Amino acid sequence: MRLTLSAQDLAFRHEMAELFTTVVPHEIRDTVLDGGEVTAEMIRTSQRALDAAGLAVPHWPVEWGGRDWTQLQRHLWHEEMQRAGVPTPLPFNTSMIGPVLAQFASQEMKERFLPATANLDIWWSQGFSEPDAGSDLASLRTTAVRDGDDWVVNGQKTWTTLGQYGDWIFTLVRTDPEAKKQRGISMLLIDMSSPGLEVRPIELIDGGHEVNEVWFTDVRVPAENLVGEVNQGWTMAKFLLGNERVGVAPVAQVKRTLARAKRLAGAELDNPLTRARIATLENELLALELTALRVVAHSEEGEPHPASSVLKLRGTELQQQVSELVVDLAGPASLTPASAGVSDLPLWARRSAPVYLNYRKASIYGGSNEIQRQIIARTILGL
Amino acid sequence: MDFTHDDEQLALRDAVRALLRSRYGDFEERRRAVRTELGHDESLWRQLAEMGVLGLPFAEEDGGMDAGPVEVGLVAQEFGRVLAPEPFLASVVLAGGTVAAVGSAEQRTEILTALAAGERRVALAHAEPGNRWSNIATDVTATDDDGHWTLSGVKEPVLAGDAEQLLISARLPDGGTGLFLVDGDATTRTTTTAYDGTRVTRVECDATAGTPLGEPGADVTREIATALDRARIAACHEALGGMEVALETTTAYLRSRKQFGVTLNHFQALTFRAADMYVALELTRSIVAWATMVAATGDADETRRAVARAALQVSRAGRHIGQEAIQLHGGIAMTAEYLVGNVTAHLTALDHLFGDGQHHLSELMTELEKHEALDPLTAPSGPDQEER
Repeated sequence: MRLTLSAQDLAFRHEMAELFTTVVPHEIRDTVLDGGEVTAEMIRTSQRALDAAGLAVPHWPVEWGGRDWTQLQRHLWHEEMQRAGVPTPLPFNTSMIGPVLAQFASQEMKERFLPATANLDIWWSQGFSEPDAGSDLASLRTTAVRDGDDWVVNGQKTWTTLGQYGDWIFTLVRTDPEAKKQRGISMLLIDMSSPGLEVRPIELIDGGHEVNEVWFTDVRVPAENLVGEVNQGWTMAKFLLGNERVGVAPVAQVKRTLARAKRLAGAELDNPLTRARIATLENELLALELTALRVVAHSEEGEPHPASSVLKLRGTELQQQVSELVVDLAGPASLTPASAGVSDLPLWARRSAPVYLNYRKASIYGGSNEIQRQIIARTILGL
Repeated sequence: MDFTHDDEQLALRDAVRALLRSRYGDFEERRRAVRTELGHDESLWRQLAEMGVLGLPFAEEDGGMDAGPVEVGLVAQEFGRVLAPEPFLASVVLAGGTVAAVGSAEQRTEILTALAAGERRVALAHAEPGNRWSNIATDVTATDDDGHWTLSGVKEPVLAGDAEQLLISARLPDGGTGLFLVDGDATTRTTTTAYDGTRVTRVECDATAGTPLGEPGADVTREIATALDRARIAACHEALGGMEVALETTTAYLRSRKQFGVTLNHFQALTFRAADMYVALELTRSIVAWATMVAATGDADETRRAVARAALQVSRAGRHIGQEAIQLHGGIAMTAEYLVGNVTAHLTALDHLFGDGQHHLSELMTELEKHEALDPLTAPSGPDQEER
């Protein structure tokens, strides 16, 4: 057993901290650290700066920009990035479609898409969920029918996060209506400027526009845009969702928010109930961070450590609890909107309620927390 | 950062596990041992001595193995897994650890050698009726009559206080807390068995002769606090062992018990609760391992904080897992003859030995301003950063 990082990993950690604060413009990092609104342009600028420094896609294969780091180094990269207030590289690009293409796509397709994906020259959207296919993703109904050199796509995707900025969308479509549920699904890359594709905003309870519906009406997609083999889509979807769950515990981000809440709490920090609540959250975050370290330190080869399923579940719960703490600290000041022209109330307090409401999503996306419990019960506990 | 144990540590764990399982693998055997007059198995205690377990944390010159909190934790965890009633925690870790910290070289050698050999049990009599997990003594007082020390007052509850030799804390004439070696039979004692099989004793002194441990008249409050922290870590491991068994037993039961024509694992309302028990267990495992490594650095201040953090998590998780283990089993877990309910009982006792979750939280909430955010990767600067 060893309490400290090795000298090498410690140096790596310092190097990351140094790089993140020099490579990414401080105006962007300050916005993140202040809990402000991160624009699409900031995400793009930040990711391009990271890509230029070789920091956008370290987990990809080396030939496509990966760094061949250990799991622990990736963890440190991720944590230091959050600590420095660097917007996370667009997950649809770097965590979802990038690794899928690197694993399953033809050489030609890799060359066409991977560099542009790493550099955010293409902004990807995710076209998986449908109105009747949420956690039960395999019941999706959007179809693609072969017609000459094209696939003709009809149907509807939903919960497409940041789809309003999307250049391309990776979709799961049903290519064999006769086959059993999982078997007749393929992955198709679709240019979002294609005729017949329409993005409609969904207004959320926080008042923001974060997700969309994407409608497909006889959208023609060149056959070459199909990833891998026809009807191999479910394999890729499982691969993608598996990656999505790894390292999803937003430990550093939640720690940062909690530290900020302590600074902003003012006189409320004298309330023993508040102090107990904060001390409890700090302790629970510590247990989570140590679990994340245990997991990364011990999943060097092959299979992820079984406890990795704990990370998403607990990480999102704590993320939600901290956002709830912040709105409680804001108290009545949380009622005035951030958009109010004239207000004596601090901006953080006026933003707190929408943030709290927004984070209710965290236990739903990325495999809902009930799906995580199902995974733990089935695959770990054998129930 | 490394959470794994080396081969030597794993060999120790396996040996202790095999020995304890051969004795108490059948829970009925444990019940029987608890009901004997001694409350545990004397021959097992001697076997543990032969294995070196009873001298584990002591220096080699004191008849010990010179091992650290990591090894002690591994052993305690195995005790927790079978609810072994032998007083490893009370006698070796707590009382022995206190002697090791405070005693003169001569006292250490004399007492610890006998303790490690399984020839003498020692108990720390520290808790007092009016005190609640305090580091100091107030009700029992020490009087110095020209180098002849006597003690008066009541200690209760004393863990495994039916030991041959007692180590009694007392308020010193000039203030502060001192420790005194007292022949157990020189006191008036009543020992009973608690709800979980733990032996607890009321010890009364009435101008009873005692020999100062270490320097006569010295205030050893800090040393007592540190010894209690070491015992807390071991107790966390013992609780962890209990939680592991509670979850294992519960999942096995859900897979085998049939109701409505199917095994209980068909009911998601139950399996999801088992999943939450697993989450609590893994989080606890991580923080306890970390606190143990912090303790191994020897930095008393950092250890105090880390122990409070681990103990808070253990308290919360122990209650959660213990309560759910009973509920998911149903009525069978309420019976004294079935293991799981007894695990919950023992978790409850462990929680109240040296401070429960609320006690530790009360400490931690006073320290919010000491850090911006907690960072376990910035290790305390102890004398030795690696586990010794």
